[in-house]
Amino acid sequence: MAYPQPDLHTPCREDVLVVTPWLAPIVWEGTFNIDILNEQFRLQNATIGLTLFAVKKYVIFLKLFLQTAEKYFMVGHRVNYYIFTDLPDSVPRVRLQEGRQVVILKVQSYTRWQDISMHRMEMISNFSRQRFLREVDYLVCADVDMIFSDHVGVEILSSLFGTLHPSFYGFSRLDFTYERRPQSQAYISKDEGDFYYIGALFGGSVQEVYRLTKACHEAMMVDQANDIEAIWHEESHLNKYLLYYKPTKVLSPEYMWDALSFYTWEKALQGRHAVFRKRRFRILPKNLTAMRN
Amino acid sequence: MGGSEEGTPGPNGSSSSQGADWATPLPSDRDSGETEAQRGEGTYLRSYSLQIVVLITTPWFAPIIWDGTFDCAILDMQFRNTTVWLTVFAIKKYVVFLKLFLKTSVKYLMVGHKANYYIFTDQPANVLHILLQEGWQVVVLEVHNYPHWQDVSMHSMEMISNFSKQQFLREVDYLVCLDVEMKLSDHVGVEILFSLFGTLHPGFYTANCQAFTYERHPLSQAYIPRDEGDLYYAGSFLGGSVLEVPVTRHCHQAMMVDHANLIEAECHDKSRLNKYLLYHKSTKVLSPEYLWDERMLCRPPFLRKL
Repeated sequence: MAYPQPDLHTPCREDVLVVTPWLAPIVWEGTFNIDILNEQFRLQNATIGLTLFAVKKYVIFLKLFLQTAEKYFMVGHRVNYYIFTDLPDSVPRVRLQEGRQVVILKVQSYTRWQDISMHRMEMISNFSRQRFLREVDYLVCADVDMIFSDHVGVEILSSLFGTLHPSFYGFSRLDFTYERRPQSQAYISKDEGDFYYIGALFGGSVQEVYRLTKACHEAMMVDQANDIEAIWHEESHLNKYLLYYKPTKVLSPEYMWDALSFYTWEKALQGRHAVFRKRRFRILPKNLTAMRN
Repeated sequence: MGGSEEGTPGPNGSSSSQGADWATPLPSDRDSGETEAQRGEGTYLRSYSLQIVVLITTPWFAPIIWDGTFDCAILDMQFRNTTVWLTVFAIKKYVVFLKLFLKTSVKYLMVGHKANYYIFTDQPANVLHILLQEGWQVVVLEVHNYPHWQDVSMHSMEMISNFSKQQFLREVDYLVCLDVEMKLSDHVGVEILFSLFGTLHPGFYTANCQAFTYERHPLSQAYIPRDEGDLYYAGSFLGGSVLEVPVTRHCHQAMMVDHANLIEAECHDKSRLNKYLLYHKSTKVLSPEYLWDERMLCRPPFLRKL
C-alpha cells in the first residue's frame, strides 16, 4: 500500500492539541490517514454497532439520519444500526449498502423526557451484555436528532472514546457545567476536569461501553434513591466516568457540529474558527419544547 | 469526504501574534510544580502553537512520545497495577555493560512500578547484585553462547520468543526488550507502554525512507520495497503487552526462513522488526529521546531529554 511518508519534523496540526496528556489522540482533520486506518480495521473484519434512541416524536429523525449515515458513516465497513424505539412500525425503510442492517429493539417509553434520556444508559448496558458482545466489535452511541454531512469513519474507534462538547470548546474547567453538588454521584469539584464531553456521541469496544453505561446507570439509581437528579442528567454522569476512566480517544467538535455554538465561538475565538475544517455530524435545530411534550 | 494529508501545517498564519496563553507550553512532568488540578481544558487546548516542531502523532494515531507530550501523574495512576517485564541480553563481553545499565535503570526506569528483570547471560556468576527497589526482582537466565556475534544478536529474538511462551505470559503485563550497552540518563516510565511500541532509530529519523537501511533483497523475509516505509525503528528498544509481542515470534520465524535461504538481512534483527512494524503498525512510537547515541554529532535542539 503506497502512501506518503510521515514527516517527523512537521506537526500535523499546529493550531490545536492533537494528543491529550494521557496520550489519547484527539481526532481532527489532518491528524490521520484514513487509508491506513481502513486497512487496519478491515484486517480485523470489524463490525460496528450504532445505537439510536427514537422514542415518541423522535422517530421523525430516523429517515434523514439513516440516509446520511449510509453516505458518510463507516462506509465500506460492516454496520448494525440498533434502533431502540417504542414505535417499531414507525421506523422508516431506508435503502442500505451491503454489509449493513437495521435491528429494531422495542423499548418502553417514559413520561419525562429526562427519564427517556437517562434510561438509555440502562438499555445500552443490558443489550451490550445480552447481544452486542456477540454481534459487534465496537459500539457508537449517538443521539438521533442529527445528520451526517461529512466522513465519519474508523478514525473514531478505540477502546473508549468521548466527544468534546462544542459549546465548551476552549473553556476553562471552572466554566464546565459539571454537576457541582457533592450529594450527587456525578459531582466533580472545581479543581478537577479535563474536558467537557457531550452525551450525544460516545463509544468504544463493547466491553468498555458496557462498563461505562453500567456505571452511569448505577450512579443514576443511587442519585434517584437520594432524591437528586444531576444537572445534565446522563451527560453529567458520563463526564464523571470519563474523568476517572480516561478515554483512549477524544473526538474534536468536528464530530458534534452545532451551528448555535459556532456563533458563540466566533466571538470567543475571534475568527479563529478555521480550526474547524470539517463539519461531520450536525445537531439539527429543532423546537425542543414541542419535541419533548 | 475521506482522507487527509498528514504533515500539512494548519492554515493559521498568524501564530506569532497570538496571545500569551497560546504560547504557553504544556508544563513537563519534571519542571513544573503545577498539579493537574491547576490545568483545565483551556490550557490543554490552547497550549501548543509556538512549541510544536515535531510530529506527535502518526497518521495511524500512535502517539510519538516526546518530552512534554504527556503527564506522568495521570499515566502513573492508570498503570498503577501494571507489572513490566524487562529483558536484557548480556552475553560474552557484553556483561561489562550490565553494571552501569542496572545502576541507571534502577534510578530511571519504571520508577514506582513493579518490574521484573530477566537477564539472559552465559556468565551468571558475573552478574552483579545491585540493590534494587522494593518489589523488583532480577532473574538471571543462562543461555547458550554462540561463536559469532551476529548469531548472538539474531538468536536473542529466539530466546525472548521461547521464554515469553513459557514463563512470562503468566506473570506480567508488559514486555520491554532492551540492549545492555545502554545506560539510562533520564526518566523512562509507563508512558511508553501500550500494546506494541517501537523506538525511532536516532540515526534515521530525519531521513527519507529511500535511505533507510531496510532489507532491500527481495528474497529476504524482511524485504521492504523502496517506495514503502514510514519510520525506521531501532532493534534495541521495543516492547508491548505480552499478548502483542508476537513481534518477537514473527521476527524469529522470519529469521529462520532467511537463515534457511542463506540470506542474512542487513542489520539483522532491525530489518525484520521494521518489516513487522510497517505492516502491523505500532500503537506507540518512542522518539529518539529514548535511544540516543552519543557518538552522533549535532544533537538537534528539539531533543530535550534523553
